[in-house]
Amino acid sequence: MPTFVRTEKCDGCKGQDKTACMYICPHNLMKLDKDGSETGHAMRAFNQEPEQCWECYSCVKICPQNAIEARHYADVVPLGGSVQPLRGSDSILWTIKFRNGVMKRFKFPIRTTPEGSIDPYGGKPMPKLADIANPGFFNPEGGYRAGNPAELIRK
Amino acid sequence: MSGTFENPEVVQEEVDILLIGGGMACCGAAYELMRWAEAAKAETGVDLKIKLVDKAAMDRSGAVAQGLSAINTYIGPDQDPADYARMVSNDLMGITRDDLAYDLGRHVDESVHLFEEWGLPVWKLDEQGERHDGAQGLPALKDGGKPVRSGKWQIMINGESYKWIVAEAAKKALGMDRIQERVFIVKLVNDKNDKNRVAGAVGFSVRENKVFVYKFKTCLLAAGGAVNIFRPRSVGEGTGRAWYPVWNAGSTYSMAAEAGAELTMMENRFVPARFKDGYGPVGAWFLLFKAKATNAVGEVYMETNKHLLDDYPPYGKAAVPASCLRNHLMLKEMTEGRGPIYMDTVTALAKMKEVLTPREVKHLEAEAWEDFLDMCVGQCGIWVGENIEPEKKNSELMPTEPYLLGSHSGCCGIWVSGPEDLGAPTAEEYAGIPGHLPSGWNWGYRSMTTVKGLFTAGDGVGASGHKFSSGSHAEGRICAKSMVRFALENKNWKPELDTDVATLVEQIYKPVRTFLEFKNYTTAIDVNPNYITPKMLQFRLQKIMDEYVAGVATYYKTNAHMLKVAEDKLEMLKEDAKKMRAKDLHELLRAWENYHRILTAEAHMKHIQFREESRYPGFYYRMDKNFVDEVNWKCFVNSIYDKESQKWTVFKRKHVDLVDKSKLFKAGGH
Ligand SMILES: Cc1cc2nc3c(=O)[nH]c(=O)nc-3n(C[C@H](O)[C@H](O)[C@H](O)COP(=O)(O)OP(=O)(O)OC[C@H]3O[C@@H](n4cnc5c(N)ncnc54)[C@H](O)[C@@H]3O)c2cc1C
Ligand code: SF4
Ligand code: SF4
Repeated sequence: MPTFVRTEKCDGCKGQDKTACMYICPHNLMKLDKDGSETGHAMRAFNQEPEQCWECYSCVKICPQNAIEARHYADVVPLGGSVQPLRGSDSILWTIKFRNGVMKRFKFPIRTTPEGSIDPYGGKPMPKLADIANPGFFNPEGGYRAGNPAELIRK
Repeated sequence: MSGTFENPEVVQEEVDILLIGGGMACCGAAYELMRWAEAAKAETGVDLKIKLVDKAAMDRSGAVAQGLSAINTYIGPDQDPADYARMVSNDLMGITRDDLAYDLGRHVDESVHLFEEWGLPVWKLDEQGERHDGAQGLPALKDGGKPVRSGKWQIMINGESYKWIVAEAAKKALGMDRIQERVFIVKLVNDKNDKNRVAGAVGFSVRENKVFVYKFKTCLLAAGGAVNIFRPRSVGEGTGRAWYPVWNAGSTYSMAAEAGAELTMMENRFVPARFKDGYGPVGAWFLLFKAKATNAVGEVYMETNKHLLDDYPPYGKAAVPASCLRNHLMLKEMTEGRGPIYMDTVTALAKMKEVLTPREVKHLEAEAWEDFLDMCVGQCGIWVGENIEPEKKNSELMPTEPYLLGSHSGCCGIWVSGPEDLGAPTAEEYAGIPGHLPSGWNWGYRSMTTVKGLFTAGDGVGASGHKFSSGSHAEGRICAKSMVRFALENKNWKPELDTDVATLVEQIYKPVRTFLEFKNYTTAIDVNPNYITPKMLQFRLQKIMDEYVAGVATYYKTNAHMLKVAEDKLEMLKEDAKKMRAKDLHELLRAWENYHRILTAEAHMKHIQFREESRYPGFYYRMDKNFVDEVNWKCFVNSIYDKESQKWTVFKRKHVDLVDKSKLFKAGGH
């Protein structure tokens, strides 16, 4: 299901250097057509290689204008359905429309802490270089399972 | 001075430690690394220079880009790392390194606890045994909270933002000035004075006309597994919907091989049986919702074909037979004309409704959809397009095309140094191992490959498997510690590249040069006798692999004759790869991705050719050796590649058990 960009919704991320969709696509598919020479729509983004789209929805979720949707692979899937997310700061809302018109909505949590709030080493010990060749991480109290030595049959 | 397409700018940088990739393994490495680097600075005054390069944006790069609905490796307080090592071994038909699996098993939970601390919602059971999503404030795992197990080792999560969260921690740990995104690494460069050592890596930006040349003391190569070396089942617009994310192109295996690293078990592959066309996950359906897979007339083939497991002792005898054997039972139905295969979602949900309250039923429906929405939205696309509501209509299952990976249910990859405290062998019993390679399973630095200074983790590490997202993160962390030690112990060593920078730049931009030189020879830009487009190169590779190396076209069957044909065709393809064209930076990316695919595919083919048995029935069959041969082939098949002669040397290493596997097969046992 390649993504497509709605002409009237995309604003080219207001002419910034790096559009959100170009920034995020793991497969380098989204491209801004600055002068309209590639699509006929200047300052709009497009999916430059739709048959390489993994449908990961990374671009759909990140677009500030909600301009990106997916049309399920035409060579595989009957037309008419849609699966569209709205990703917030702590949850994601999905609107699902079947070909026959049935609708479903789901909301799921996505994280329990505010975005950007991770304090990677807060309250954690500093390791000693003397331990660097031993098993275990710098914070060994956190879940290291030493294992029953009797299980090791060659030791 | 900024570069042009004809004449890219060259950026050179020397660091102590380079991380290649920004996936689960490198995010783990980044996190652990900075803490030890800080300790090094405090205790020795050495200020290590560190850089991470990723071809994409870390927030959504790698296999976890879309999110995941489960953490597949969590040991928990009630199981032993030895139990885990046993499971890994059996699922991979007996040939894995217990030292690597066991070591991962003792470390992995630490990473899972961090994920939860950072904000990843983990499903929990309350005191009544009811399931809740991860935002309900039930106790954390580290404080004794009870996860929802969707299998002995898996726990359910609300994982849409899994990668985003893990990347946030890694980025904070490193700091943005140590991160370079959108740079695709093309090759490693050996040291001028020691060809069995790495000294650098080169790549290019897919955004600007820039070539990046890094020199380093040590490097972590963790660029994921390989997809699209086989022709996918969907070949039109749906080509992108492989099960495995289309952006991991075998860079890990091909770059390591070219640098001289020993590969292991490259004959192994993963052929997941998934929901047809969308490749949605099946684990939760089988294990959480207790659904059964049937043939067209509703027969449960895991029961009707159970006797087939007797052909493969002892691996078929475990409570959970190896993944490939489960495929084997399914394939019998398909090849004998009793397909399609279905997941009986209707019966499963109806049964659950009998015992649940209406509120719980509603929650159950949401759980079923979330399983896809969190990690495989494409499957929902199939369901809505085909009007499939799982409580009303069953869905088809289908085994996919083969993928190569070392962290999921596969074990191909690179041979690495293991832990020293688990009783692993230190000598070799077989002849034929090239003399410059180490003996035994550990040679000093944990997670180092057989090439000095080169480390790997996650999908890169072979002969283990079943690490998944959490295990790859933990393995990256194990690497990081070891690399800090390496960097400190080599602090006075200066890397020198065996090839001069101008030549490296020319090599990388060759597809661009070829395009510019010949583009006006014909009127149609894609049809030109002087070059080949990356897309056609990929199609040719996929055709060869599909038709001769046990792809879907032959229902995963091959033989020595077919492999010989593939061998010759791959030789020519490799020659033609020198004529790849790139009309823009995007195509330069595709060109080098496909080059990495070709080398990875060649390794796969050579290993299948060397191993004269069918070790993974259900994943591939060598019809001329259609049996598992425990006497002659219960061993590792390893190889090295010589980049000068472009030839492979394939050989055996002996397998030994470090934990007792018979426990798996005792009546009433695990
Ligand atoms: C479809 C699928 C479903 C899965 N489901 C689950 C699950 O439910 N639970 C679970 O725990 N695990 C799951 N896994 C497993 C998990 O995703 C992997 O084990 C894990 O991501 C491997 O980590 P890695 O770092 O080795 O590779 P990845 O996370 O894939 O990272 C690879 C990185 O390398 C970068 N890269 C690639 N090539 C280059 C290059 N040449 N130059 C620079 N950078 C490069 C990529 O951009 C990426 O950042 C799943 C995997 C897949 C494929
Ligand atoms: S992110 Fe959205 S608004 Fe920005 S360029 Fe892409 S499609 Fe347009
Ligand atoms: S859905 Fe994923 S692969 Fe497709 S264009 Fe968007 S970000 Fe790229």
